Amino acid sequence: MSTQVTTPTPDLRADVWSRKDLTAIEPLSVGELTTLLDTAAAFKTVGTREIKKVPALRGQTMVNFFVEPSTRTRVSFELAAHRLSADVINMSASSSSLTKGETLKDTALNLQALHADIIVLRHSSAGAAQFLAERLQASVINAGDGAHEHPTQALLDTFTIREKLGRIAGIHVVIIGDIRFSRVARSNIQALTKLGARVTLVGPPTLVPREFEHLGVAVTHDLDAVLPDADVVNLLRIQHERQRKEYFPSLGEYTALFGLTKARAEKLKAEALIMHPGPINRGVEIDSDLADSGRSVILDQVTNGLAVRMAVLFLCAGARHD
Amino acid sequence: MNPNPTPPAPGASVILDAAAIERALRRIAHEIIERNPDLAKVALIGIPSRGVEIARRLAALIGQFSAVQVFAGVVDVAMHRDDLHRHRVPPRVERTILPADLDGKTIVLTDDVLFSGRTCRAAMDSISSFGRPARIQYAVLVDRGHRELPIRADYVGKNVPTALHERVHVRFAATDEIEDSVWMSRTP
Repeated sequence: MSTQVTTPTPDLRADVWSRKDLTAIEPLSVGELTTLLDTAAAFKTVGTREIKKVPALRGQTMVNFFVEPSTRTRVSFELAAHRLSADVINMSASSSSLTKGETLKDTALNLQALHADIIVLRHSSAGAAQFLAERLQASVINAGDGAHEHPTQALLDTFTIREKLGRIAGIHVVIIGDIRFSRVARSNIQALTKLGARVTLVGPPTLVPREFEHLGVAVTHDLDAVLPDADVVNLLRIQHERQRKEYFPSLGEYTALFGLTKARAEKLKAEALIMHPGPINRGVEIDSDLADSGRSVILDQVTNGLAVRMAVLFLCAGARHD
Repeated sequence: MNPNPTPPAPGASVILDAAAIERALRRIAHEIIERNPDLAKVALIGIPSRGVEIARRLAALIGQFSAVQVFAGVVDVAMHRDDLHRHRVPPRVERTILPADLDGKTIVLTDDVLFSGRTCRAAMDSISSFGRPARIQYAVLVDRGHRELPIRADYVGKNVPTALHERVHVRFAATDEIEDSVWMSRTP
């Protein structure tokens, strides 16, 4: 029988989270990011209980409002809300009146009139979540707004790195792929640099413009040169739906230059992590066997996404904001 | 639940000093041993934040007196509170640390101050989502009265009659960087 007890640190962060919404990583302080990650660590253990449900948000209603298609993020938020005892309504673009010409704001006001307490929004326009957050009493959580931000994805990536490697500060993270159009990359760059990681972006010059250097990250177009120095490689999905021909080489050319093949993976440190936000294009961004290998933490990211989203819902909706 | 490492304000009255706290904890440790012949099945589970320190100290004392190393752990109550919407800042969520199997165990919940009883209720709810212990007992350093639920402590360091507008403060050297003390102040 273990008698190991971690002595609690004095609670000096009494006011570290008082936000109603999570619309972006960019405005968050290091203290707020740490609070989110620590809270997620506590919520992760709920999944190991006999009863995987806590009453924290009992009586609250969460609306999953996905104007852009998504399965994994929507399901992850839905399960997170269920685990916190909130009620969930799912709305997609096709089932909403947006297709009938109703504006985003009017649709949202209607949701609020139904006493929705939390609105999780995925939208093709950058700033859509912030737009609603400023106009509604409900907590608004950004589940991806255009090419702007996808904060919960960055939090779960950061959480997974901290869990596996024990820290974020000083870790070298290489993000590969379509950075220009990637909200995942933008949110990750914000979270990682705030917490002291070193970030290198890799991809074709059309998709990884040098302008990103002003965010405090390195930019290179030579993947083979950076792999030996990487602690984490995060492979972004090639977003066929957002690509335009002038930016993107052929898939074959992309894989040859920027795909994580078995030969490239040999250049990685033994303990380096392979991450991917999913869904994977097997054989394009990553070799199929590598995706299933022991160094891939892709499924850990999915599990951690649930804990992170519980933490976000709890922190934003678990206090009064009047 | 609102730790603040400040020493007693002028005019505050000290209820227990470091020596009195130590005596109270030693007595409670003896009472736990007396009430629970099968000590190996006892787990001391602290309610954050200062209940965790009390569980740790009681476990050390029981180890001294009986040579049985009892489990000392933590139970998060933040996820089980019924007053989330009364506060502007969400409560701190802690990692729960319990024995792997609760079946047949005696859980002794520990906390610094027993007041409304709502925290104890949340802790019992939380424990029951992990399993079904044989019994749950409750140890507190100070019982200040004013219960809002039908809850009573099995082990009490000191009963302190209070008025509703008074506040009881508990500080431990291990968590607050000032010497062990319990004192009372009036909210202005």
